[in-house]
This record gives sequence, structure tokens and C-alpha cells, in this order.
Amino acid sequence: MHHHLILRVVTKLLCGAIILFAFYVQFHGDFSPGGGFQAGVIMAVAFIVYGIVFGVDQVQRVFPPWAVHKLVALGVLVYAGTGIATMFLGYEYLDYTAFKPYYPSGGQHRGILYVELGVGITVTGVMVAIYYAFASRPPVISDEEW
Amino acid sequence: MQIFIDIVLFTMLTCTAIAIVRTRSLFAIVMLSGVFSLLSALLLVTLDAVDVAFTEAAVGAGISTVLMLGTLALTSRMEKPSSHSSFVPFLVVVVTGAALVYGTLDMPHFGDPNAPAQVHVAPDYLKRSVKEIDVPNVVTAILASYRGFDTLGETAVVFTAGIAVLMLISGLRRRREDEETDEDGTDGQDSHGQTDMNDKENS
Repeated sequence: MHHHLILRVVTKLLCGAIILFAFYVQFHGDFSPGGGFQAGVIMAVAFIVYGIVFGVDQVQRVFPPWAVHKLVALGVLVYAGTGIATMFLGYEYLDYTAFKPYYPSGGQHRGILYVELGVGITVTGVMVAIYYAFASRPPVISDEEW
Repeated sequence: MQIFIDIVLFTMLTCTAIAIVRTRSLFAIVMLSGVFSLLSALLLVTLDAVDVAFTEAAVGAGISTVLMLGTLALTSRMEKPSSHSSFVPFLVVVVTGAALVYGTLDMPHFGDPNAPAQVHVAPDYLKRSVKEIDVPNVVTAILASYRGFDTLGETAVVFTAGIAVLMLISGLRRRREDEETDEDGTDGQDSHGQTDMNDKENS
């Protein structure tokens, strides 16, 4: 897509805004619509848009496949690790009161933040990984046929 | 006003669905399915289910459209005309649709406060979450705290699906690179490229 100047400029402008919006949805999910699933998808969209306009090779220089594959597993580990942490603190699995026993709803806030972060990381990783898997294959249709 | 918006949205939804069925160009179908998801998201907004609408807009209209386009680049551009008679499928669709419409007669009315979904655990969550979780968005409180195990399971499902796709498709990518180093390069453009690649790896 080297001849689409407007697309390339707009994409460069938009990518930062999309990532910022993803962080907003991620960390403001307790107060407004959104959460880990939506934020992960929006975060992945930033990289996918970049990959569509500039090519998969360019986006893989920013976000290499090995890092994406690590993120896929890291998110689940963060989520499950939160549960393990609450067990080590002497409470039940995923009982977030453990983080602040003297202020239970504060502990809940913190636990929700951790598990939503885990969800967001996994969803980002999976979406980008699936996009890479598809986009890295040789296209059968040439660009002009669209 | 609410009824008017609902009627307009459902009409557009039906038109989109009919257009998807009638169109042969796969590119147009993928775009129309994105439109379908967006209209569904709007309907969910009118139902005050903004979290679900958000997910539908991001996943249904955004990511899945892109992934469908990525898949489309690997196949042909037009749907092949069906050689079978369309009478039996039409009959099945009509009968199933009639059964579903008959089933809706038993459902509670739109916005009914006494619907089973409104009187079971929902009031309990709404009452308790203010004191116990103290998070303005009750959906997040239920999702991440009251039903933390469910969400852990969902995350594991997303993880498993991602791993499965990677194992299915990235393995092919490695084979392609092997093939490119072979300096052979005759296949890959035709529909038999796939089997050629498999043969090459077996040999």
C-alpha cells in the first residue's frame, strides 16, 4: 500500500490514539464500560492497522512474534498468579480481600485491576498472533483484484 | 421514539442479512457482516447493555472483519454458485424460524421488570456490590470478582484458541520458508500449492 499517502499518514496519527484509548478502557473499566477483553482487542487493532497499511514485516519489527507468543501465556499467568497470591496471603483462591484485609473494597479494586490486566494481555497477544499467522502466509489474490 | 429506533435498526439488520445471502462477492459479504455486527451493537446500546455493545463493536465489527479479510486473501474472491436446489434448505430455515418465533411467545415482554433474568441473582448483585466491591460498573464487579473463576476459564479459552490457531497455521509458514529455500517456487499460486507443500515435507 505504498501509494496510499493519506492512509499512511492517518494511520500513523491514529495508532497512538488507539493505544491510549486501549489503556483508558483497560484501567477505567471499573468506572465506565469496558475491561480487559475490550481493551485487549483495541490494543491489538492498533498493531493490526499498522500491519495492514505498512506491511507485516514493519509491524513485526515493532512487536516481534516471539514477544506476542510470550504475551499470550503471560496474561493467563497474571490472572492465575493473582489467585495464587491471594492463597499465599492466607485467603481463598481469587478472594481479593487478601490484598487489603483492613479495607476489603480497596482490595477488591486492586484484585480486579490485576485480573483485568491479565485478560487484556492475553487477548492482545492472541489477536495479534492470529493476525500474524494469517498475514504471514502468501496471498493467493493479487492486490489489484480487490 | 424507542419503538421507532428499534424498528429502523431491525429493518436494517434484516436487509443486511438478506444482502449477505444474495451477494456472491466474498469481499462484499465480509464488509456486510461487519455492518451486521455494528447494527447489533447499536441494538445492544438501545437495550442499555453498553459493555456487550462495546465488545460486539470491537470484536464483531473490528477484529473479525479483519481476520475474515485475511482469510479471504488466501482463498478465492467469489462464492461458487451452488449446484443444489435451494428448496430443502429454504424449507428447513422456514420451519426453524417458525419454531423460534413460536418460542418467543413464551418469553417475557421487552423490558419486563418481572422477567426471570431480573429477579434471580441480579438484584442481589446490584445490592451487594455497592458495599462489597464499591465499583461503579457492576458488570466489571460481577465479571472480575463475583465470577472470577468464570473469567479465568474464559481467559483460558482465549489462550487455548490462540494456541490452536498458531499450531495450525504457523506450522505452514515454516514449511513455506523451507520451500522457498528449495529454489523451486513453481507452486503456491494455484489451489494445489497446499498439497504440494505437504508432499514435499513428507518426501
